[in-house]
Amino acid sequence: MNDVTLSINGKAVSAATEPRVTLLDYLRDVAGLKGTHAGCEHGVCGACTVLVDGDPVRSCLMLAVQAEGVDITTIEGIGGLGARAGELGIIQDAFCEAHGLQCGYCTPGMILAAEALLSVNAAPSEHDVREAISGNICRCTGYVQIVEAIMLAAKRLRQRNDTSAPDLTPA
Amino acid sequence: MKPVRFDYKRPATIDEACGLLVSDDNARILAGGQSLIPMLSMRLSRPSLLVDIAHIPELTSLVETETHIEIGAMVRQANARASAMVKVHLPLLFKALAFVGHPPTRARGTIGGSIAHADPSAEIALVAATLGAEIVYRVGGADEIFDASSFFIGPMLTLAPPAGCLTKLCFTKAPAICGTGFHEVAPRKSDYALASAAAQINAEVGLGVTGIYLGVGSVGDFPEPLDVDGLIGTSLDDAVIGDVVHAAMEAVETVEDLHASAAYRKRVATELAIRALRDARDEISKDLNQ
Repeated sequence: MNDVTLSINGKAVSAATEPRVTLLDYLRDVAGLKGTHAGCEHGVCGACTVLVDGDPVRSCLMLAVQAEGVDITTIEGIGGLGARAGELGIIQDAFCEAHGLQCGYCTPGMILAAEALLSVNAAPSEHDVREAISGNICRCTGYVQIVEAIMLAAKRLRQRNDTSAPDLTPA
Repeated sequence: MKPVRFDYKRPATIDEACGLLVSDDNARILAGGQSLIPMLSMRLSRPSLLVDIAHIPELTSLVETETHIEIGAMVRQANARASAMVKVHLPLLFKALAFVGHPPTRARGTIGGSIAHADPSAEIALVAATLGAEIVYRVGGADEIFDASSFFIGPMLTLAPPAGCLTKLCFTKAPAICGTGFHEVAPRKSDYALASAAAQINAEVGLGVTGIYLGVGSVGDFPEPLDVDGLIGTSLDDAVIGDVVHAAMEAVETVEDLHASAAYRKRVATELAIRALRDARDEISKDLNQ
């Protein structure tokens, strides 16, 4: 067993774990955060995508022992925190509004991939969005509405602090 | 939890890593893990010890010398792609990196890991083989250097010494006048390519074209550099490029699998090689005609 200490959504977590445990299993079974979905579990589908120090990473392709000391963001850390717990984040809200999800299985991975993109690119083109989610497979909703949701979220994030021109129509 | 049980060690130096590899002949190096961890999960790989080289500072450096760019084995693909040094001095590698996996795998995947893993469709290995990069391994306290153009000998098979640790890749810097092209065909973006081609043309004012490099990947058991020296001194027009590429591709052995026939792969690789060379030519034609 190896001790693994890391930060998940701003909270320090420490637990002893076998080296063969993936970060995905650590998040779900040790930290109890079931929002990160286990899909293919060998790096094909992208459902388990989380942010590691801000970068999008598939948590099934990383061992928990490799995550020693890193800062992880999961879907549970994307919405409102503290007093606003339970509220949707801007990207989550845009997915609801643009019908960017149906069964919801790929959604946490899609939203974290979108978060990673929008944190470095405030005004992405449709090509940028498709590139950012190229590692995430959706099998029911279809990518058109997912791309629309991310473009809508980008627009709202840009206008968040701009009170002169509030425009909430879909992108 | 799907992999078999194994031990895990996190050495701080290359020599410590090499010592661990010698101590257990079923030990494997863990770099970015984007190929090894799926193999562990499917139990295709059953190591008794994983040696995680991510915490060895020497392996994460990108160094520019007068003539070369030296890329540490643990440099992440995303970092190499974001590096101005790579963009300016290794334009072919820069182009190819856009085709490697997708953002989440590039964030973890490493340059050295891709070389050591030696997947026949790997873009980084294709660029290294095409340009004849130097692959440096540390074995028993000494460095052993391999020429990338002959390093890959089969699918996931290389000349890498047992118990050796890949430390860096050395690429010759591209000259001021240099054109490149990279193309691949894959079932979908970021999937394994069915055929790929990389080309670079070096030139100097007054001398004209001084070197032409072409390689094809994904079609055979390993990335293969092709001899297109016959193009040097020619007009490099479409007809000449087509003839030389068709002749060079004749000897290339292509493989057949569920996804594509050998004949399809050869046809596509030939066309992609022609397009890559045309791209490279078009990039330098402006500079040469000045």
